[in-house]
Amino acid sequence: MEQYYFYTQGLCVGYHGTPLIKNIELSLKKGEILTLIGPNGAGKTTILKSIIRQLAPISGVVYLDGKETDAMTGHELSRKMSVVLTERVRPELMTCEDVVATGRYPYTGKFGILSKEDTKIVKEAMELVHIKELADRDFSHTSDGQKQRVMLARAICQEPDIIVLDEPTSFLDMRYKLEFLSILQDMSRTKHLSVIMSLHELDLAGRISDKIACVKGDKIDRFGTPEEIFTSGYMPELYHLTTGSYDELTGNLELEPVKGAPEVFVLSGNGCGTAVFRRLQREGRAFAAGILWENDLDYPSAKALAAEVVSVGPFGSIGETAMERAKELISQCKEVIFAMDETMLGEWNQKMRELYEYAKKQGKRSL
Amino acid sequence: MKGNRYWIAFLVLAALLLVFLGINVCAGSVGIPLSEVIKIVSGSRADQVSADIVMQIRLPRALAAAILGGGLALSGYLLQTFFHNPIAGPFILGISSGAKLTVALVMVAALGKAVQVSSMTMILAAFAGAMISMGFVLLMSRVMDQMSMLIVSGVMIGYICSAITDFIVTFADDANIVNLHNWSKGSFSGISWENVWIMTVVIFAASFCVFLMSKPISAYQMGESYARNMGLNVQLFRALLVILSSVLSACVTAFAGPVSFVGIAVPHLVKSLFKTTRPILMIPGCFLGGAAFCLLCDLLARILFAPTELSISTMTAVFGAPVVIVVMIRRKKEKAS
Repeated sequence: MEQYYFYTQGLCVGYHGTPLIKNIELSLKKGEILTLIGPNGAGKTTILKSIIRQLAPISGVVYLDGKETDAMTGHELSRKMSVVLTERVRPELMTCEDVVATGRYPYTGKFGILSKEDTKIVKEAMELVHIKELADRDFSHTSDGQKQRVMLARAICQEPDIIVLDEPTSFLDMRYKLEFLSILQDMSRTKHLSVIMSLHELDLAGRISDKIACVKGDKIDRFGTPEEIFTSGYMPELYHLTTGSYDELTGNLELEPVKGAPEVFVLSGNGCGTAVFRRLQREGRAFAAGILWENDLDYPSAKALAAEVVSVGPFGSIGETAMERAKELISQCKEVIFAMDETMLGEWNQKMRELYEYAKKQGKRSL
Repeated sequence: MKGNRYWIAFLVLAALLLVFLGINVCAGSVGIPLSEVIKIVSGSRADQVSADIVMQIRLPRALAAAILGGGLALSGYLLQTFFHNPIAGPFILGISSGAKLTVALVMVAALGKAVQVSSMTMILAAFAGAMISMGFVLLMSRVMDQMSMLIVSGVMIGYICSAITDFIVTFADDANIVNLHNWSKGSFSGISWENVWIMTVVIFAASFCVFLMSKPISAYQMGESYARNMGLNVQLFRALLVILSSVLSACVTAFAGPVSFVGIAVPHLVKSLFKTTRPILMIPGCFLGGAAFCLLCDLLARILFAPTELSISTMTAVFGAPVVIVVMIRRKKEKAS
């Protein structure tokens, strides 16, 4: 285990002596990012709390830099590990810079006076997370997203080797989510910072993490690289998905399809159909879709939402069976929607136009 | 600049302290000019009656008001830090009343046996009472997750202790009971030089310890989890906070009885003056502010309806209670925004 900067051995965590998650074996090298995923209430926060020594583990050991964290003094640990928690901080009359500066606590003297060097590090940390303009703003008068970035700057200026974050992106909008994670990625690459965090955004977890641990039931169900984790059908299982669907490859998350026989046939492809599928789902109308290549942009959403999808293999030619099935479905439907890029040429387009003409001839309402 | 603001704030507090100290010594049923007072204190010849009034009555009383006021404000500041609540204080949480109860018990017992009670015994008795009340409050804080409920239970503990004290005082049979009665309402009167020396030692020692804790306090302001991550031994720290705030409020209660609202109002006023909550500024600021505040209140209690003297808590409540209301309204507003 020596190559790992951080690892746990037989870690068992829980409250009041009752184990919640048992036998946790995680390991992380310097400069790697580990993400915990799993449903709400699975115990991600409990694991993180035990790792950062806020909660005594029931059994097992956490190693940091080859040393048991339990054997470290608070001071020693604070110079190696910093945290960003979900706990709301309500400091009175403190500017954002004051809050960031509390990260220097392990380095300042008896009275906590900041040296020039400390002030410089505080300023650098604020620049890194792009909150320079917030420096003199009262911390309690900032938005949740800004607070979160201030807390990251605080954690960074603590100059840790490892940083532990509990759902750090929850209050951030899209832009700041990406910015926030990019900063972590950048620091892990350039400063060999190790990161352990919990995320709700599976798509982001799959992109930023070197390692992912899936918390399910009373154990770490899977631990490995994103490629090892995001296998087909695993995420719905992990999250006990009973309504709607999730596609691991595209990250496509769809609501529950409308049940019943299709009343609309959607001729679509090349990404033009997805919006139509979702509108029909909202309107509560069952539909069929086709004819789609299985590598078409519309295919994942069609598969998730349509009562039936007429499809052929990637870039395959549209054979008679597919045409027959499509025509059959069209005759059963009341309406046909032509959602396609008209300018496209080629064999596939021709066939689709043929189906559209067929529908018109059948006297179907068409759009 | 921020730094300038701090210096000005300290100067204002120090000036107020000196001015009130001066007025407290000069003013009263017999007015003594400041020049005379300076002569008396510096030891040059002066009128014997005036000298006695200043040296035996007014100066020890004024010094006691200043020192105990400072200690009380600091005790309130520590409790607010501990509970992360701006309206926590030794009086409102029943800690002063707990101290009052044990001191009354000791005094009545001693009076019964005609023994003189030393200042130190009084402080120890008060400390024991303060710790018992504090223990109750801490037990309650485990059960009650809501701050308002904790405050209410503190107030109830205070009432229970006060009721028992009143009972004891009412049925204790001694001529000295008048003194005891005065004391149990809160008063800086009847302070001897011996008292002043002892309170100086105890309050300054405790305050110095508090000042040394200003860095951990700043960490604790960020919440327990973050404080722990900064390497703070939270359990030890919390224990120290409880002990120090109890020592401070116990010492005040032993000499002056329960004094209300200083512990809440002063830290809040000082905070508004400094526009910061940095402990390294707040701790000396609270001490100076509490001293000045109590001097003013004691002055008014003495001279407003002279020769009738008001209890000190009457005055501190008049100034302090509105501050508490303002704090609560402000907090409500902040939560809403």
